Amino acid sequence: MKIAIPVDEKDLGTNVCVSFGRAPYFLIYETETEESTFIDNSALTNPGGAGIKAAQIMVDNQVSALLTPRCGENASKVLQSAGIKIFKTTSASVKENIDASKDGTLPLLEDIHAGFHGHGGD
Amino acid sequence: MRIAVLSGKGGTGKTLVSVNLAAAAQDAVYIDCDVEEPNGHLFFKPQHVQEEEITSKVPVVDDTYCNGCRKCVDFCRFNALAYTNDRLIVFDEICHSCGGCVMLCPEKALTEQDKVIGKVQRGMSGSLKIHTGILNTGEASGVPIIKNLLAGIKDIPHSTVVIDCPPGSACIVMESIRDADYCLLVAEPTLFGVHNLAMVYDLVKLFDKPFGVVLNKCLEGENPAEVFCLDRDIKILSRIPFSNDLGLLTSNAEIAVRKDEKYKEVFSSLLDVVIKEVHCEATPHP
Amino acid sequence: MKQLLILSGKGGTGKTTIASAFIKLSRVRAYADCDVDAPNLHLIARWNAAPKVTDYYGLPKAVIDCERCIACDQCRESCRFDAIFVEDGYEVDPFACEGCGVCEYICPVGAMTMEPDVAGELMLYSDAENVFSTAKLKMGSGTSGLLVTEVKKEMKAAATDVELAIIDGSPGIGCPVIASLSGVDMVLIVAEPSVSGISDMERIINTAERFRTKIVVCINKYDTNIEHTESIEEFCKERGLPLLGRIPFDSDAVKAINNGQSIVEIDCASGRAVRAVYEKAMKSLFAQKNTL
Repeated sequence: MKIAIPVDEKDLGTNVCVSFGRAPYFLIYETETEESTFIDNSALTNPGGAGIKAAQIMVDNQVSALLTPRCGENASKVLQSAGIKIFKTTSASVKENIDASKDGTLPLLEDIHAGFHGHGGD
Repeated sequence: MRIAVLSGKGGTGKTLVSVNLAAAAQDAVYIDCDVEEPNGHLFFKPQHVQEEEITSKVPVVDDTYCNGCRKCVDFCRFNALAYTNDRLIVFDEICHSCGGCVMLCPEKALTEQDKVIGKVQRGMSGSLKIHTGILNTGEASGVPIIKNLLAGIKDIPHSTVVIDCPPGSACIVMESIRDADYCLLVAEPTLFGVHNLAMVYDLVKLFDKPFGVVLNKCLEGENPAEVFCLDRDIKILSRIPFSNDLGLLTSNAEIAVRKDEKYKEVFSSLLDVVIKEVHCEATPHP
Repeated sequence: MKQLLILSGKGGTGKTTIASAFIKLSRVRAYADCDVDAPNLHLIARWNAAPKVTDYYGLPKAVIDCERCIACDQCRESCRFDAIFVEDGYEVDPFACEGCGVCEYICPVGAMTMEPDVAGELMLYSDAENVFSTAKLKMGSGTSGLLVTEVKKEMKAAATDVELAIIDGSPGIGCPVIASLSGVDMVLIVAEPSVSGISDMERIINTAERFRTKIVVCINKYDTNIEHTESIEEFCKERGLPLLGRIPFDSDAVKAINNGQSIVEIDCASGRAVRAVYEKAMKSLFAQKNTL
């Protein structure tokens, strides 16, 4: 199955990005083959609805679980509708979080924050 | 005659000036366009208030027609739509009501419905008409509310309309001054105040609006806002001295003009000066 | 890095004056001005070096290719924002245009395109020790949460080994304020003891509470109205919001600011009071458990 993590750089040694919706890249990790792919987050420069767009990207990439430090309520609505589980990352290290996810020791993300309406153009 | 009162910086005295200017006029309308943080009604405490809900249009999907083509999701630049698990999700608060998705749905699965984003309250304070716009917390844009407030005055044959504008110089301020005949810029004698005065100065010039400045909270010594005006030949219509009395009245949401003859004179003179300015502007220049 | 955000709801309560005092007291190495509509912090920050300036792109704006236009009027009719008008041919009002793309979609001859539009500028001041991130929204632009997010991002990216960051917020309760609330560890609300100030304070507290960030309050210019000051204190008690202190109205504060100095750089009553508020704020901020 595929798990996704928002990351700062296209590098396995990079840190987990503090934001989901505005992460520059996502790491998609296939648990069966242990293959990693990086994809660009096209929501990054959108003035608004970044969380929604990022969540849609997860859906379109058939991701089963998202590992992230934070998630907004709009993104969470999309993810939950698609049955994508959201886990809370426990450190800044991508490797550590992937391992914890495999071991089943990552907690579910309970604390969903309110939407940001970070859009402009009005 | 429509007078817009603006300042660039918050806290300079926009509401003080607009409220008292309206109170000094006979038969005037006071319009509060600062829909995020409206304050004028706290001073006027209007009676016989009628409320009108202001709505924006948001799309609604009929699942029986939606075939998941995702044209709407891909089109929406605001990311207000998502498609998962064979279902379209609409995010009302993000939607800008452009109507695009409804237009382009090939299955005609999308229609529009009204969503409340705020309200307009219309009431009376003595002979004054008080119109207040209030944006609901969490909503993005107050522009539809301002549009409603200002559409209302087009048909009123009143002599004076005072428009209390939001702070800053963003598009919500532009919307407020669009139909103004005259702009009154309120400035305070601080470094920050002048910096922001410069912004609204640029704004009123861009819109080619006749304007003048009211210097508020004037203290002794050099007034950087006054210097700014003198340097650019900007008309200073009134200088209101800093006063603990006025400060106290205002902090208690009292209308100075109705409490103290001294202030009645200050704001009546200001009103006269503005009226004169507007008539001068109306006279064609050679 | 712990982030402290200073908000007020109402304008003119003293956010920037207090933020600049906190910056001086903490000798903080990273700070930002998120009042992108009317930034003022740079006036006291006193940087000599020029900042790194980056264009900020908001939503695109519609542009008409007059040669292709056949004046069918469909664009003007379908524009919900009244952004298209006819004067010398068909024109777009860039201030009203919201970049939705409906006109581009509907134009039968491809005369309408959505072009990138510079909606503001980001400015990053940095040297070996400090980082100051700010931005200015172009006049008439939509107030934008994204620009605020970019200001904070620039600050965080440049301030790698920093314990504390102080963020000066904007008035109101809209997008820029909401964007500034994201990811901060504590919000300090600067309250003004006036009817307007209290009304606006309640609205901003309601907005901030949605984020479940720690909220603390201080009252500025408290002695201009003791009665209202006491109401605010009651309110804070009822809502369980820690009140960190009261700062007196001080004409020396105006003098300091007009000289481009923060109030803690001269000896004055407000400076001393802010110092006390600052101490309490730092205690509160660093007492929290790390959530990340």
